Amino acid sequence: MDLFDLGLVFATLRLAAPLAAAAMGELLAERSGVLNIGIEGMMLCGALAAFAIGTATGSPVLASLAGSLTGVAAAALFAVFVLWRRADPIVTGTALNLFALGATGSAYRLLYPPEVPLSDAPAVADWLPGLNPFVVGTALLVVGVGAFLSYTRAGLAVRAAGERAEAAHSQGVRVAAARWGCTLAGGACAGLAGAMLVLWISNTFVEGMTSGRGFVALALVLFGGYRPGRIVLGALLFGAANALQFRLQALGLEIPYALLLMTPYLLTLLVLALFAGRVRAPSDLARPFIARE
Amino acid sequence: MRRAELVAPVAAILAALALSALLLLLLGANPVDALGALVKGAFGDRLALENTLVRMAPLLLIGAGISIAFRCGVWNIGGEGQLYAGALVATWVATRLLPGAEAVLLVPLVLLAGAAAGALWGGIAAGLRVGRGVSEVLSTILLNFIAVLGVAWAVHGPLQELSGAYPQSDTFPAAARLPMLPGSLRVHAGVLLAMVLPVAIWILLFRSAAGLRLRAVGLSPEASRYAGIYPLRETVRVLLISGGLAGLAGAVEVSGVTGRLFENLSPGYGFTGIAVALLARLHPLGVLPAALLFAALASGSGAMQRIAGVPAVTVQVIEAFVIFFSVGFALPRRNG
Repeated sequence: MDLFDLGLVFATLRLAAPLAAAAMGELLAERSGVLNIGIEGMMLCGALAAFAIGTATGSPVLASLAGSLTGVAAAALFAVFVLWRRADPIVTGTALNLFALGATGSAYRLLYPPEVPLSDAPAVADWLPGLNPFVVGTALLVVGVGAFLSYTRAGLAVRAAGERAEAAHSQGVRVAAARWGCTLAGGACAGLAGAMLVLWISNTFVEGMTSGRGFVALALVLFGGYRPGRIVLGALLFGAANALQFRLQALGLEIPYALLLMTPYLLTLLVLALFAGRVRAPSDLARPFIARE
Repeated sequence: MRRAELVAPVAAILAALALSALLLLLLGANPVDALGALVKGAFGDRLALENTLVRMAPLLLIGAGISIAFRCGVWNIGGEGQLYAGALVATWVATRLLPGAEAVLLVPLVLLAGAAAGALWGGIAAGLRVGRGVSEVLSTILLNFIAVLGVAWAVHGPLQELSGAYPQSDTFPAAARLPMLPGSLRVHAGVLLAMVLPVAIWILLFRSAAGLRLRAVGLSPEASRYAGIYPLRETVRVLLISGGLAGLAGAVEVSGVTGRLFENLSPGYGFTGIAVALLARLHPLGVLPAALLFAALASGSGAMQRIAGVPAVTVQVIEAFVIFFSVGFALPRRNG
C-alpha cells in the first residue's frame, strides 16, 4: 500500500462529511445566537438511534431519519434549559454531553446484552467509487444552509437574532422562534452526522464513539469564520489529516498508537490558536434574550 | 448559608432523582430496588463507607477548583485532563525520578509534582486564551483528550512497568504512598487534605482581596476593569489554581488509591467535579456535601449494577440531571 492514492481521497471524504454536517448544525445555532457545546452529545444520541433502527429495520433511510430526529430530541432538551430557563449554555452543553454518554451507554447495554449476538447496522453503499449518498447529502446540506442564511428572509432574521437580538425584536423578528428553530435544526444535523458514523464508517455502535468530533466541529466553525464554504474546506483538511493518520497506522510505522490518536486534537488546538483570535463571532452569541414589551 | 440557598440544591437533587426513577422504570428496572442497592453499596458496611470517602477526595479537590474558576467566569471543563496530567507526572517522580527517596520527602514531592503538572495543563489553556484569544471551553476540552492519550502513551512506553507485562506503571515504592489514616483500611491521608483545601479556597475567595478580584471579574469584567483589575490576569490565576487542584487530585489517586498509573484511571472525576461545584452553587464549602453525594453515587453504582442489573453508566445520567436542574432552576438566571 502506498501512502497516497485514490483510496486516501475517498477516506478523506468519509472522515470529513460527518464533521461538515455537524459543523453546519453548530453554524445554524451560533448564527441565531445560541452557543451549542452539546453537539458532541447530540451526535452520540443520533448514532445510537441510527444503530438501533438500522439493525431493527435494515433500512438505512429510516436509520438516518431516526438519527436526525433523536438529534432534534437531544437539542430540545438543551434548548429547554438554555432558551426557556436561560441557563448557561456552556454548563448546559457540558451536562448534555455527559447525559448523552450515560444515556446511550446504559441504553446500549440494556438493549444489547452481551449474550445476544450483535448484527451489523445496514451499510450505506457508494453509488460510484467515492460517491456515497452521504457525501451528496452533506454537500446539499452545506449549500442549503449557506443559501438559507445568505439569501432568504428567514436566514436574515436568524442572523439578526444572533447579531442584535434587541434590534431584531423591535423590527418584528421573532428572536425566540429563530433560536429554537436553529437549535433544533442544528440537532438534526448533528444527529445525521452521528448516523453517518454508524451507517457509513464503522457499521456498529461503540460507547463514546463520537470521540470528540462534535468539539472538532465547533472548532471548524471558528476556523471557517462562520462561512459554510470555508468550514467545509476545514473539514476536508481534517479529514485528510485523519485519513493520513490511519494510513500511517496501517503501514505499521514505529509511531506509538496513542500519539497518532492524539493528532486530531492537537491539530484542532493548533487551528484554534492560529485562527480563533481573528474571528468575529455573532455579537449576541450566548446572550439570553428577554422580549420587553 | 441561608435557608433559601439550601432549598434550591435539594430541589435539584429531588427532581433529578424523580426523573432518574422514571428512567429506571423505562429501562425496565425497579427504581426502589436500584436506588436501595445504590445506597447499600455506598454506605452499607464499613468497606463501602471507606470506599465512598476515598472517592470523595478527587471530587472535593476538583469541585473546589471549578467553583473558583466558574465564579471568575472562567469555564474550565478540563478537570479530567488536568487530573491525568497530575497523575502522569506524579507517577514519573515516584517510579522514575526519585524512587529511592525517603517518605517525608517523596510524598510531598509527588503531590507537588502532580499539582504543578495540573497547573501547567490549565496554564496551556490560559496561555492560549491570553495570547491567541482561544476560548478556554474548547481548549480545555481538547486538552482532556490529549492528556488521557498522553497517559495511554506513557503506560505503553516510557513509564511502563519494567517487566513490560501490562500497560501500567511500576507500583509506587512504599515511601511514595500516602499513609492510611489510623484505624482505616482504605482511607488515606489525602482524603483529609482534600477536606481541608476547600476551606482554604473559601478563605481565599471570600476573605481575601485576591478573592474579591476574582469574583468581581466573574460578576462584570467591564466594571472590574474600571476598578483597576486585569480580567485576563485573573483568568490565568484561576486556571492555574483549578488546574493545580485537579492535578493534585490525580497525584492523590495514584499515591493514595491505586499505587500505579494505568489507562482509565479516573471514572470521569473531572466531569463529575463540575456537577459537584454546580450543586454546591459554586461555594467551596458547599462542595463538601455535594462531593459526598456524588461519591456515594459512584461507589454505589457497582452494587446497583450487580444487584439490580442497572448499568453503572446510568449514574452519569443522574449526574447530568443534577447539573440540568441546578443550572436551570437553582442557580440565579442570567439576564440579557
